[in-house]
Amino acid sequence: MSRLGTRRWLGDRLVMLFAVLVLLYMLVPVGVVILMSFNQPASRQGYTFDAFTLDNWTNICGPYQLCDSVTISIQIGLLATVVATALGALMAFAMVRHRFRGRGTANVAIFLPMASPEIVLGSSLLALFVSAGFAGQLGFWTIFVAHVMFCLSFVVVTVKARLAGLDPRLEQAAMDLYANEWQTFWRVTFPLVFPGILAAALLSFSLSFDDFIITNLVSGQTVTFPMFVWGAAQRGIPPQINVVGTIMFLLALALVVIGELNSRRRLRG
Amino acid sequence: MSAAAAHVGPGEQQVPQGQDERKRGLTGYLLLLPGALWLLVFFVVPLVTLISTSLYDPSGSVFAGYEMTFHWRNYVDAVQGYGPQLWRSFLYAGTATVAAVLLGFPLAYAIAFKAGRWKNLMLILVIAPFFTSFLIRTLSWQMLLGDNGWLVDIFRTLQILGPDGHLLATPFAVVTGLTYNFLPFMVLPLYASLEKLDPRLLEAGADLYATPLTTFRKVTLPLAMPGLVAGTLLTFIPAAGDYINSELLGTPNTRMIGNEIQDLFAAGSYPVAAALSVTLMAAIVALVTVYVRRSGSEELV
Repeated sequence: MSRLGTRRWLGDRLVMLFAVLVLLYMLVPVGVVILMSFNQPASRQGYTFDAFTLDNWTNICGPYQLCDSVTISIQIGLLATVVATALGALMAFAMVRHRFRGRGTANVAIFLPMASPEIVLGSSLLALFVSAGFAGQLGFWTIFVAHVMFCLSFVVVTVKARLAGLDPRLEQAAMDLYANEWQTFWRVTFPLVFPGILAAALLSFSLSFDDFIITNLVSGQTVTFPMFVWGAAQRGIPPQINVVGTIMFLLALALVVIGELNSRRRLRG
Repeated sequence: MSAAAAHVGPGEQQVPQGQDERKRGLTGYLLLLPGALWLLVFFVVPLVTLISTSLYDPSGSVFAGYEMTFHWRNYVDAVQGYGPQLWRSFLYAGTATVAAVLLGFPLAYAIAFKAGRWKNLMLILVIAPFFTSFLIRTLSWQMLLGDNGWLVDIFRTLQILGPDGHLLATPFAVVTGLTYNFLPFMVLPLYASLEKLDPRLLEAGADLYATPLTTFRKVTLPLAMPGLVAGTLLTFIPAAGDYINSELLGTPNTRMIGNEIQDLFAAGSYPVAAALSVTLMAAIVALVTVYVRRSGSEELV
């Protein structure tokens, strides 16, 4: 190997080493979450690993309100996902497949929520709810409305990307084979776009489930899971929080791995 | 295309589908309508309400109601009272963005060009932190950076920290948390840009006697620019408005503008809170506009 080759080989290894270190930085906190789900804390103060136990896993709902807050987050997440995915997918179809006036404005309106800090989105919504006389009714439905709003843009972007990458000749072929517009849509277009819609729905659910800053402003007395964690962080963190975090991680990981295996199988078959 | 037109046989198809497949007509508006209405009512109208709230007379209260008095002094009060927090937010967010570029660029570069068959695995690992809650992960940093953590031990042994130096509850901790939280938003767009880059261009650079550094500067960097701009915006904007890292990893001396806005709203001082929120948004829009213009022109040079 020439000297230049050696240097290049070394350079490649160094870049890879650095990349692995950065990945480690990104993943260490996840490892801490999993580790702490087996922790038996010696005191409520401080956040250290004291002793190993399985109690947290057998008694997830132990801390007051923990499981209620998870239930509320799942309910809001599912509802917001269904509505945001439906509205967002329709918008994506309109943007990619139809001509209309005001397309530039529509594009900006879809992009802006993603480019605004959450604190601004949340305070705007709170200002609206208060001046519309809903200050006393903040809760489940105001959170739902807020979550649909910020999930919508992400759905449009995700579904648009899938639609734009779709070969229009497939639909033309269906039409040539005497399928009407309705049949073409349900038998050809929709199945091809479906992975994009599914990805958008998963993204929506995780955004909704994880949101704190906006929710905190518009939630009133309703406690979602992130709000429970926030409250607990001030009082002393029950280890069960990490059990929920670990379960979330494993579920999402399983979904991604299944999706990956599926797409590989499809590529081969 | 109406359903009737679709029944026209293939031979009689009048319009050969050309470059522009987009259909005209009402359907487009109908599809757009529900989502557009939602964004109008729950994004545009609230922003307008926020601006008008910021001009209310601050002597009102949520339940007694506010009077619209075009109280521009709210802005003066906001900027004078919370100038340091505003400045600190941009400083921390800017530092975190620079750190995210320094960490994220090599990672994205390695995934795009050096990872080979590990590419998909590395990409999954980049998004893996999203699989669990943002707040719980930030709490993990409390333990990692805490006085009982091994990081403090290492830093003390290496004399980087004094014998009673801390990592937690410092600006360093807040910036570390911000960088950590938004790093995936930097890596993914950078990777998307780099992945499209034809490696033969790099070989061509080397063939033309450019040093690796020159090739990087003249070929890789300009072509990665769209990803870099997207990544810095996706990191900087949420970081500037964040208060979770400052609250969980910092001290009262590291409070950012988000902390103040949240607390003012919680305390019921809506007009000043709204003025502060509008100021933050305006400052971000101004910064982003200048940044996008400048990076756009640099791209052309």
